[in-house]
Amino acid sequence: MLEARQLECTRGERRLFRELSFRLGRGQLLRVAGANGSGKTSLLRIMCGLVAPSAGELRWRGRPIRAEREEYSRNLVFIGHLNALKDDLTALENLQVAAALGGMPADADRMLAGLDRFGVSHCAELPAKVLSQGQRRRVALARLALSPAVPLWILDEPFSALDVGAVLELERLLAAHIASGGMVVLTTHQEVQVVAHAVLRVDLDVHAAALLAA
Amino acid sequence: MTKSQRFSWFVFSSPQSFYPLAGTLQPWFAALAALLCAAGLYISFFVAPTDAQQGESYRIIFIHVPAAWMSMFLYLVMGFWSGVGLVLNTRLSSMVATALAPTGALFTFIALWTGALWGKPTWGTWWVWDARLTSELILLFLYIGFMALQAAIDDPRRADKAGAVLALVGVVNIPIIYFSVQWWSTLHQGASVSMKSAPTMAATMLLGMLIMALGFWMYSIAATLARVRCVILERERHTDWVAAEIGGQS
Amino acid sequence: MIRALGWVLRRDLLLAFRRRGDVVNALVFFVIVVSLFPLGVGPEASQLRNMAPGVLWVAALLACMLSLARLFAPDHQDGTLEQMLLAGEPLVVLVMGKVISHWLVSGLPLVLMAPLLGLQFDLPGDALAVLCVSLLIGTPILSLIGAVGAALTLGVRGSGVLVSLLVLPLYVPVLIFGAGSVGATAAGTGAEAHLLLLGGFLALALVLAPWASAAALRIAME
Repeated sequence: MLEARQLECTRGERRLFRELSFRLGRGQLLRVAGANGSGKTSLLRIMCGLVAPSAGELRWRGRPIRAEREEYSRNLVFIGHLNALKDDLTALENLQVAAALGGMPADADRMLAGLDRFGVSHCAELPAKVLSQGQRRRVALARLALSPAVPLWILDEPFSALDVGAVLELERLLAAHIASGGMVVLTTHQEVQVVAHAVLRVDLDVHAAALLAA
Repeated sequence: MTKSQRFSWFVFSSPQSFYPLAGTLQPWFAALAALLCAAGLYISFFVAPTDAQQGESYRIIFIHVPAAWMSMFLYLVMGFWSGVGLVLNTRLSSMVATALAPTGALFTFIALWTGALWGKPTWGTWWVWDARLTSELILLFLYIGFMALQAAIDDPRRADKAGAVLALVGVVNIPIIYFSVQWWSTLHQGASVSMKSAPTMAATMLLGMLIMALGFWMYSIAATLARVRCVILERERHTDWVAAEIGGQS
Repeated sequence: MIRALGWVLRRDLLLAFRRRGDVVNALVFFVIVVSLFPLGVGPEASQLRNMAPGVLWVAALLACMLSLARLFAPDHQDGTLEQMLLAGEPLVVLVMGKVISHWLVSGLPLVLMAPLLGLQFDLPGDALAVLCVSLLIGTPILSLIGAVGAALTLGVRGSGVLVSLLVLPLYVPVLIFGAGSVGATAAGTGAEAHLLLLGGFLALALVLAPWASAAALRIAME
């Protein structure tokens, strides 16, 4: 469903990777691996459609995403390094805005259910600025609990700042999403179970070395 | 046009092939510029008649007006090439736009400075808030804004595109700004004088100004070609051909 | 689409309400700048009356411009801007929502404050009314044009001063006709033409500026 053809990424003057191709189908998880600075986040941003690759193209259901950016955006959820939370809004309000912008109903009950999934429903009425790093990450991830219908989940280091309980919950959520035919792309430094059974793995360092050797 | 003919123009749209072309053309334009400006200055100093009211000091109009024309024209050209670079995602067009800006700003500055030099002997003040000078001043701010924005952004492609958006917004605004300043100037006119009260145009004067304008145009092309070569070298310095070029010269 | 615009608007207004200090600061800046002019040129009434339209308009312009720093930069820093670009709604609509909220928070208070300050300059009643109307039409234009400048300089070093450099020349027509309308009323000639032209600028800005801002935001986020 998601196909990358000969992707190349140049940031400033550094070429991070080139001739990168892969295919991601329903029910598959793609793990992007590589050392710091190898271009993992850039690749994820290209996959979101935020950045245009310097060469190559990305196709969703056979059509280039460049042509139908809005339509493509409706089919994905992106959770990056930054939590996209407003300090002065409560966790509940933050989630409501995120849901509404994602085209989903934003009623409070649904939001609370999402927060509850990650164990932060008690933070619902607290402004984000008083929450801890881990709590904020969980509020950000609560969005995923609301998005089972969105096919493509793109996550940049989702497990960072999470405690063991939250890691398990996220794993459960990812596994359920994949089992129901969704797709997940993520980067992570942690070896967690759902990732260990990843169908696809793109290792940017290995890829670069292979190109050099060829 | 046959396919091979059309193809031959697009060959020059890559920095690598444009670089030598610019190098070959540049001296010719410089020579043309020198000739035309010399001719224009000759006309302005020796051929055009002395004005009854303003004496000899009006002759600076032969630099002031063509410089003002060029400053506006170059902004439009800059906007055009920026826009092409933004829409077609080509690097060279954006480099040309970046190279045009300093020359455009220079002509704007010359227009302002010669305007001041004209004002002093004629009306006793160094600056007159008339429509043309005020519009030129705002145009100078637009040029400086473009250059400042490009200088502040580190990533060259982002600088190109952001500059293009700014230049296009400027192109849309220039007629509006010009019209507004005209309105403002006529409204507050009172007894103040205007640069427009120039001596009535004799044919020789118009000819002189046109020749100077052409000369300035040739100079702009020559200066832009020289500058775009430097921009190309800087932006493409990681490629092999630039390394060879620089290595060969040192 | 309207729903998304409504949510962006609601979020920004909530945020402004919870950080009332920011909003009030811009208003206080307006008042202080206006008060500086009589201190600079002397309290002579007829001179102040002549200067008033220009002074009030320039101060409003500067206050509007200062508040541009709060338009996109905070969203850029906490990642919410990224999410807006990925929202699946046309970015133009979301940008419109942000500009409307910016105007409600930074422009409308100036419109309401201006008559009081106009009294300080001894402007006659009808001139005060025209001042309000001109600011009412003009401040949205300032927000719209300012959004383009703010989007272009997102995350760029020295962006505070750079925005001013980019945006102030573009503000000149609005200033000329805005201040001109008040001056024309005070002088007895009609302000109709000025206000109609301002309305025309507003229409043009409404069509072009959100589109240019959206393009600039995408460029900035690359």
